[in-house]
Amino acid sequence: MNYSPSFQLTANPAGHVGKAQRMALVLIGFGVLALLVATFGAGATQPILMLSVSMALLIGGGLLYIVKQYGGGIAGIKNNGITFSSSTARGSVGWMLAIVITGFYVLLYWFPETLEGLIRMMDPLSYTLRGQPSDQWFMYGTFYTLAIVVMGYRAILKYRHNRYQMIRTASVMFFQLFFAFLIPALLVMFQQKEFYFTYFWPLKYYYLFPSGYEEFAQGGGLAPFMIRWAAIMTFIGTPVLTYFFGKRWYCSWVCGCGGLAETAGDQWRQLSDKSLTAWKIERWMIHSVLVFITITTALLWINSASQGEVLGSVSQGFSSVYGFVIGALFSGVVGVGFYPIMGTRVWCRFGCPMAAVLGILQKKMSRFRITTNGGQCISCGNCSTYCEMGIDVRSYAQRGENIIRASCVGCGICAAVCPRGVLSLENGPTEGRYNGAQFVAVESIGIPPKQ
Amino acid sequence: MNVAIIGNGVAGITAARHIRKLSDHQITVISDETEHHFSRTALMYVYMGHMTYQNIKPYEDWFWQKNRIDLVHGHVEAIDTDNQKLAISGGRAIGYDVLILATGSKPNKFGWPGQDLEGVQGLYSWQDLQAMEHNTKGISRGVIVGGGLIGIEVAEMLHSRRIPTTLLVREQQYWNNVLPVDEAQIIGRHIQQQQIDLRLGSELKEILADGNGRVRGVITGTGEEIPCQFVALTAGVSPNIEVVKRSNVATGRGVLVNDFFQTNIPNIYAIGDCAEFHEPKPLAPKVEQLWYTGKMHGEVVAHTICGNQTPYNRGVWFNSAKFFDIEYQTYGYVGNTLRPGEATLYWEHPEGRHCIRINYDAQSHVVNGFNLFGIRYRQEVCSRWIREGRTLDYVVQHLGEANFDPEFFRQYEPEIVKLYNQQNPGAPVVLKRERGIVGSQWSVVSGQ
Repeated sequence: MNYSPSFQLTANPAGHVGKAQRMALVLIGFGVLALLVATFGAGATQPILMLSVSMALLIGGGLLYIVKQYGGGIAGIKNNGITFSSSTARGSVGWMLAIVITGFYVLLYWFPETLEGLIRMMDPLSYTLRGQPSDQWFMYGTFYTLAIVVMGYRAILKYRHNRYQMIRTASVMFFQLFFAFLIPALLVMFQQKEFYFTYFWPLKYYYLFPSGYEEFAQGGGLAPFMIRWAAIMTFIGTPVLTYFFGKRWYCSWVCGCGGLAETAGDQWRQLSDKSLTAWKIERWMIHSVLVFITITTALLWINSASQGEVLGSVSQGFSSVYGFVIGALFSGVVGVGFYPIMGTRVWCRFGCPMAAVLGILQKKMSRFRITTNGGQCISCGNCSTYCEMGIDVRSYAQRGENIIRASCVGCGICAAVCPRGVLSLENGPTEGRYNGAQFVAVESIGIPPKQ
Repeated sequence: MNVAIIGNGVAGITAARHIRKLSDHQITVISDETEHHFSRTALMYVYMGHMTYQNIKPYEDWFWQKNRIDLVHGHVEAIDTDNQKLAISGGRAIGYDVLILATGSKPNKFGWPGQDLEGVQGLYSWQDLQAMEHNTKGISRGVIVGGGLIGIEVAEMLHSRRIPTTLLVREQQYWNNVLPVDEAQIIGRHIQQQQIDLRLGSELKEILADGNGRVRGVITGTGEEIPCQFVALTAGVSPNIEVVKRSNVATGRGVLVNDFFQTNIPNIYAIGDCAEFHEPKPLAPKVEQLWYTGKMHGEVVAHTICGNQTPYNRGVWFNSAKFFDIEYQTYGYVGNTLRPGEATLYWEHPEGRHCIRINYDAQSHVVNGFNLFGIRYRQEVCSRWIREGRTLDYVVQHLGEANFDPEFFRQYEPEIVKLYNQQNPGAPVVLKRERGIVGSQWSVVSGQ
């Protein structure tokens, strides 16, 4: 029985596009057209013109729209009309966006020559930052960083009543702009190896594959230091930081995948599947990926140590399959392309092996938890609805239990949208972490607490 | 044993869940509102487009069958207490050994002329929400009658759809029959900031009809006519007990119960909004119409029905709400005026969106209540302080322990300590604990 046809079918009654916003949409529309023109050839012949025009239109239009949407009015939760809007409620706009983004990733990974115009358009920027021509990944990285920075500004304005959200968003913007974009580019400029200080095995598996390890260990300049950094962060930095702060120190403060989800993806966070079935699938999938990459890494090292005598081409086969299925298809195409349909953290939730490791640490040995404030929950469901990781936060909160889930990335949106101040992200003693506060309702009414 | 529960709101469902936890009884929940339990407090968010109906259901649909809780979607037409049978719409009958009445409330209508016109409604049920969706389509103004919690929710709902709104409040300040004047003014200012036309000290006199039996305006107590196409009647709710009144179960305003939620008929209980206590506890109302009390009633009655007679004692009082963007929490007893012998420590941020009130006994300085606006405090800590009879100086020094705001939020406790020291010169106190990323990282989470 369908109880809410009228809520599903109405046009967005809260959607109100003012004059300035329409103007902003015009700019964005022209910016997209400029990108098309660049792709069709003008990017190669007129790179500086096309780059400056398209960026000016996209950034200018984007910022104008954002400021008009979230800059005025009273600070507070701004979720009006999300379930009515075609772009945020799996309407036709949402589906169209999903197809376009997915298609872009397919072209990027397997048919980059079709994007030649766009890649050439980035040459001026690439020469400035890296001293060499652009390639598809530099072009992609530029758009990716741009999306995080511009939409990060949107997130900061939208959540400006909440300092945790503002600081956290500034953090993902910072790490993307500097550690995932400018620093790697400048390293190339100064004849160093391109290196990402914020990505570690098993997410950036290459750094601990024998080939990657040897390439850096035997490389010149900063390379030996870089590979030591990568190894230390994998084996020491990750467990120590996760012990103190939970998974969030990485997933919602540093990581670029998380960064995109929290900024550009914020409008789709409510689309994640909250069902128990989805949780079961998630646990199987993410841990399978972790096992897969661990076995692949181990095989490669065995193979390397035995100089190919034991396993021959088997380990290379594992590596290629992993690279295609997980590295490209899952993390790229599905991970971002499906934002408008399955929510923003599909990759983080179902596929990321780094998230799997962090999750196990968070569950077993961490000071992090989301505390529930006694018996204050009204079961409204805002926390669960806006959990991008599909955690049914309410199911814990309404029982007065703390929330400690392997998948929780600590974005803090559940605590922000809660209309009764029931949830708080905290680091504290590991002892009694799961117990939560005494469920006050039970205590008040004289029923002995459950053991 | 066969337990029937009328009503699938939070009280009835909590009772069903706990009876299932404690026993193997057969459980049937009957409701004519929706097939599955939903969170009534979240209705506003469906209208505002924050959540869908699916989102406001606290349990997935498989939950009920898995826990052997039978759901009947139908209206109870008669309660036959002699034969222990319920007559359900459509000619069906359901027998019971134990009956729990959890029929909730209905919006008050005080006999205003025009109160039954089309476009005039309360907001309580799923059907009310659907009606509101229909009634507010394309309108140019809505008028809300009643300055309580539902009234401001409706204001927020209309505001989310950019519908100009007038809020008629009988009291001189918003919700002043519950809130002290300072707090009421904070909310009043906040409502006006949202461009809501707030009319304090203003009553509804009459609702005007157009030619088709639809509302076209209201007339206020001063005779002013306000044109509108929608009127929300939110002047409180009262027990929804029509069907109970036609049975042998004794009723007053609500279904009359003792401390065990037992009615005059031994195997029939009443909980939640529809129950009325013969002898309420001091300071407690006869009818408790809150989410939290409904939940507590449900749990207590489950224990009694499953053989562990448990009297209801709601303990240290608490409640919470959100007025547009300002959150409200209260612990203990804070009335709208001070009782004799009671004193208060009140701090308000200069911007007027945050405040803390701590009430205490003027003689002994024992703290008895907190009001918090725009600041979150831990229920566990505040209730413990009240239960343990902590004095004001102790509480003020330890306020950091209670702070529950998110990390990096500005902490106002030092300012409260300063205020306390100004008002109590002679023995200055210092804040012993702070909350924050360092506070929470290196100090204990609570307690100790």
